[in-house]
Amino acid sequence: MNDAPRAAPPRFFAQHARHLLGVQGMHPSRIEPFLDLAESYALMNRSRKTPRDRLRGRTVINLFFEDSTRTRTSFELAGKRLGADVVNMTVASSSVNKGETLLDTAATLNAMRTDLLVVRHSQSGAPALLARKVEASVVNAGDGTHEHPTQALLDALTIRRHFGTLHGLTVAICGDVSHSRVARSNIHLLTAMGARVRVVGPPTLIPGAIGALGVDVHYTMEDGLRDADVVMMLRMQRERMSGGQVPSAREYFRFYGLDHKRLAVARPQALVMHPGPMNRGVEIDSRVADSDQSAIREQVEMGVAVRMAVLDLLSRAGDAP
Amino acid sequence: MNAAIDATIFENVRLIDPARGLDRPGRLLVRGGVIAGIDLPAAEGAPEGARVIDGGGAILCPGLVDMRVAIGEPGFEYRETVLSAARAAAAGGITTMAVLPNSQPATDDPALVRHLRARGEETGMVSILPYGALTRQCEGAEMAEIGLLHEAGAIAFTDGPRALADTRMMRLALTYARGFDALVVQHPEEPALARGGCATDGELATRLGLPGIPAAAEAIMIARDLRLAELTRGRLHFCHVSTAEGLELIRAAKARGLRVTCDTAPPYFDLNETAIGDFRTYAKLSPPLRGEADRQAVCAALADGTIDAIASDHAPCDADDKRQPFAVASPGGTGLATLLAVTLAQVHGGALPMIEALGLLTHRPAALLRSRAGTLSDGAAADLCLFDPERAWRVEADRMPGKAQNTPFDGRALEGRVLGTWKAGKPVFAHTDA
Repeated sequence: MNDAPRAAPPRFFAQHARHLLGVQGMHPSRIEPFLDLAESYALMNRSRKTPRDRLRGRTVINLFFEDSTRTRTSFELAGKRLGADVVNMTVASSSVNKGETLLDTAATLNAMRTDLLVVRHSQSGAPALLARKVEASVVNAGDGTHEHPTQALLDALTIRRHFGTLHGLTVAICGDVSHSRVARSNIHLLTAMGARVRVVGPPTLIPGAIGALGVDVHYTMEDGLRDADVVMMLRMQRERMSGGQVPSAREYFRFYGLDHKRLAVARPQALVMHPGPMNRGVEIDSRVADSDQSAIREQVEMGVAVRMAVLDLLSRAGDAP
Repeated sequence: MNAAIDATIFENVRLIDPARGLDRPGRLLVRGGVIAGIDLPAAEGAPEGARVIDGGGAILCPGLVDMRVAIGEPGFEYRETVLSAARAAAAGGITTMAVLPNSQPATDDPALVRHLRARGEETGMVSILPYGALTRQCEGAEMAEIGLLHEAGAIAFTDGPRALADTRMMRLALTYARGFDALVVQHPEEPALARGGCATDGELATRLGLPGIPAAAEAIMIARDLRLAELTRGRLHFCHVSTAEGLELIRAAKARGLRVTCDTAPPYFDLNETAIGDFRTYAKLSPPLRGEADRQAVCAALADGTIDAIASDHAPCDADDKRQPFAVASPGGTGLATLLAVTLAQVHGGALPMIEALGLLTHRPAALLRSRAGTLSDGAAADLCLFDPERAWRVEADRMPGKAQNTPFDGRALEGRVLGTWKAGKPVFAHTDA
């Protein structure tokens, strides 16, 4: 048995990019170190023995322009478990719209000598804009309908823990794909790692060009879930829809909600996932959400581990090998 | 007054006047601010005391006529003023520009039309041809005073960057404008389909998570308006046409004899949607940049004459309007200073003969607007542009003339440099390599 630590070798850190803005175009050789290190942090979290000195003296600011208690708390725990000084800044998007530009915020953060900046914003590309102007490493914690890279990493880790690999698996991503950054990041990451990805949902919620991202498109759950290894449900983001894309929640659940009957067409013991928070009775039936096949709580657990790995690796990007 | 002192001779130039099919080496005489004659290179007899300008073999053509320019004045002077726009225009060889009415207040009052014309004259650098608002405040609900605005000197009618969505109102406007034989200019984009979007629907918008606008939004509006033009027999012009489907509809309508014309702008034949790259807001335009097939269709329509003019579609934005996440950043790009050189890329690439390209920038837009500008004819105002078609340069956003820096061509290497611009015989721009 190999007793060597599972964390990536030091050479990796120097080569690693300073920011994590998305997973599009990311090579497996860059993805795997995140997953490997997160795996070891998951074990440490369970034994409550995390290296509290890893980020000692470093400042992490969680800059959230959009409400997200779960993601913010997950990043906050991740930073604190590694000994960082974590500060939460919640900025109402409206104040930015009133004329205070993101770049003013960047200048403020530079003046505060922040090491790591975790950004959530309702607009696609906002973290990328900040990353060009701040000295800190930027982690995209979800931008508009663009990407949510740590969610994709935690989903990948959860799947890998169940199947041992991502390669060759069939993953069905179901629901409001149009408005979902989770869907995009997962499509990029899972296909890069050799999984086959399907998207399933009503045509009004599936972008017409999504096939170009290397996925198969299905408009009925029965077709999309057939023999799937993983069924990943998306939150029905009603607040984002301008109206008219789906007639009603009742109709949506009737045709696209995940219940035991639909799940039965997937592989036996197919893994059920959801990025949360769930709309029970809209996209997922409670009995499925709480069943043995559900990995939803494990996703939350892996979320903290993945974010620890991300903060750790980014904080060391550029260090001498 | 000694008339000879007021004379200028341009020597050693290649004279191109697309309005008359003229393209030959020669000399051009300017007297009293108007063109007084063209002769051969070796001709004698320049007026005594005339200024002599050696063009060094460069091309001398009519000052360019830009039929679509937004300026910030009145109301948005922090973006651009008449004076700053005039400086940028002069640097681009433009001596006449048609300005959009969506100012604050909108150009829906005859007094504003007169004011804008006068402001152009005050600069001494450029003629301003104001568009009149097609509807009051460009809001699409009530028809503007088209007759009074026309009388005051509005050269055509449009709601600027807003499409007139209401089909009944468009029918009324086309019908009413016909009474003055006035041109109605439409931004061809079905607004309900475009609402909330910021990039062309497709793979790139999907990858970037940007709300998309289907390319069909253009064709749908064009198809509707062509039918209305047929119904009303009005004169209709579509600005910045950017899709193969839209151009095909216009091509077919022209073949049927409809009084319909169109223009496009350099971003739509020189760039495709990949220019938005990693959320580059300078390349966020309205309509959005299209896919490569559409770009090629625009090039083909320039070559086959379907497109009647090239306009800069100059839309200055303040830095704070662009330093925003892509979807909320203001759309638009500057274009006055790059209009000629980007168009020349089509010439250098073999897609357009030089004389055709210059025609799209001079007499053809002038004809659409029924302006006397855009020609080197005897007696015409000596509005002139001298340029070296081979001189290479690189666009640098922060070194552009004018107030705004939001050029989508930032970093683009170009061939073709304006060396000098003259308005009514008076030099208003001279290039320096500094």
